[in-house]
Amino acid sequence: MAEQRTTTPSRVTYDYVTRTIARTLGNPSRGYFLLLGAAVALLAVGIITLLYLLRYGLGLAGYSHPVYWAVFITCFVFWVGIAHSGTLISAILFLFRSGWRTAVYRTAEAMTVFAVMTAGLFPLIHIGRQWYFYWLIPYPNERGLWPNFKSPLIWDEFAIGTYFTVSTVFLIMGLIPDVAAVRDLATGWRKKLYAITSIGWTGTNEQWRHYTRGYLYLAALATPLVLSVHSVVSWDFAMAIVPGWHATIFAPYFVAGAIYSGCAMVITLLTPIRKLFGLEELITVHHYENLAKLCLLTGSIVGYAYVCEYFIAWYGGNPHERAAFWYRAFGPYWWASWTMIICNAFLPLLLWIKKIRTNITALFVISIFVNIGMWFERYVIIVVSLAGEPYEPWANAVYNPTWADWGIMAGSFGWFFMWFLLFVKNFPAVSISEVKEVLPPPKRQAARTGAQRT
Amino acid sequence: MTTHLRLPLPGPLRELFHPPPTPGVLSVFAHLDATLEAIKKLRAAGHTDFTVYSPIPRHEIEAALGQAVSPVRMFTLIGGIAGCAIGAWLTLWMSGDWPIVVGGKPVLSVPPYVVIMFEMTILFGALSTILGILLNAMFAARRLGTIQYDPRFTNDKFGIFVPAGSDKAASVETLLKGSGAEEVRRG
Repeated sequence: MAEQRTTTPSRVTYDYVTRTIARTLGNPSRGYFLLLGAAVALLAVGIITLLYLLRYGLGLAGYSHPVYWAVFITCFVFWVGIAHSGTLISAILFLFRSGWRTAVYRTAEAMTVFAVMTAGLFPLIHIGRQWYFYWLIPYPNERGLWPNFKSPLIWDEFAIGTYFTVSTVFLIMGLIPDVAAVRDLATGWRKKLYAITSIGWTGTNEQWRHYTRGYLYLAALATPLVLSVHSVVSWDFAMAIVPGWHATIFAPYFVAGAIYSGCAMVITLLTPIRKLFGLEELITVHHYENLAKLCLLTGSIVGYAYVCEYFIAWYGGNPHERAAFWYRAFGPYWWASWTMIICNAFLPLLLWIKKIRTNITALFVISIFVNIGMWFERYVIIVVSLAGEPYEPWANAVYNPTWADWGIMAGSFGWFFMWFLLFVKNFPAVSISEVKEVLPPPKRQAARTGAQRT
Repeated sequence: MTTHLRLPLPGPLRELFHPPPTPGVLSVFAHLDATLEAIKKLRAAGHTDFTVYSPIPRHEIEAALGQAVSPVRMFTLIGGIAGCAIGAWLTLWMSGDWPIVVGGKPVLSVPPYVVIMFEMTILFGALSTILGILLNAMFAARRLGTIQYDPRFTNDKFGIFVPAGSDKAASVETLLKGSGAEEVRRG
């Protein structure tokens, strides 16, 4: 990879990179334990709620006709979406040779794996009888039954399963050279841990030869995969005839939305990590600005999709479709729809201004609003389309989430942050070898001229 | 000096993961261009099986060594094709094994099965790529034997290990020092 224009100061050398990133793995501070404690407490709330759901059934979650897909499926789509930008940054930008990705991709990739782990819990909770979850998997059974491969739900299971496996191995592959670098600095039990997890990496030319080729092919495989996963998730809805779901724009609309929310989440997660671990010289405003530009691009696609959906509902002339979209904007859920439109389509327009794009505090605030907006987008699509079904007006019901929904959702945030916090303290949260790749390599020539100048 | 953690492994595994030590000369370089110069000189002197350590992959090193393209790509290709075939077999055979008409569509409906075939292509392609990296790196390590290493190679130094018996070691040492090695040692 060619070194690119970097704004990094000259004291950022190979040695500086290794030591700065290895330092983040030192003994955790009290603040870290407080954060971890908060995450575990949230997870405990989720587990207790889940036990109640197991005992008393899904009625606790406020399910009632015709709204049988609600907050759990909203959270599922939300977390799968969060996962997407990780693969975008680690695989797609790798193929495009964007040098700036190196400083942020490890965080994004870890976020991907943990977000998919979180998302995967929701269909299991949602099915109610969690102990039958393995019925989703094609396995030989006494009645000779097989899954229905014409169902988008089975496509989803294959897509999410593949996505989880591939993004996990991709993360582990990227970690191996970095874990080896940390191993060579560490002492005590950490040295043993990293010696085992680096599986004998020493950076020989033979290892790099196979590794770089393999990494390239993994990136090339992950790229179509990430586009396919959220398309398949969108088909869970688009394949049904419910007005508000049945639209051909859904696949690109969902993929853009997923990358949008994911980039916002990367900004949300990077900001505290950068401060806590003192990585200001490695993760610079330049990286934030690029993430903001990605948000602006994908946010504009999402805004366009909103306009397109409403336009086609009107222009298509289908009375059911028109009724569904009227209900969405002016029905009892108007507040959810307008939260989504303002947070996702209007707020990111601020990112056209360079002053805001390069202000980390402003970006952090905007990213949180984008996350809220994207959660509401899924809520609006799923719950509002079902609640306002014009086919059976006698059955319409205004659904409202209950404490059980919020409990499980809180638990999902606890679960995600617990894994993320454990990861950043035990493994390098910024790629050591790839950050070095975009630095100018040490050369005798440069050393000599540098010596003459000073 | 090796910093590797030696795990107590049973016989055949020990042979696989910890092959016997190879005698030779290890050199440490601070600069990339000095490393490249040493590689060129070594190749000109007829050395073939030497190992270059670097903290990051560099195309210059690959070019100087004149390495062939890694065979990992064959693993990816075969894995991907196998995955696609398994996806097709899974969906078509299972639909035929318990034929149920859903939504008035044919029992064997290929378009929806393409989704499964696609996902299986990616899954098997990715997993066999990993297998390809691991196997190829392991075969190389077995061929070269246990060679000397220095923990600075994952940080900021480049290194070259040249396998050489006591008769050749002196000439290799002079060659490496002449190219600008910071440190040369025999083991």
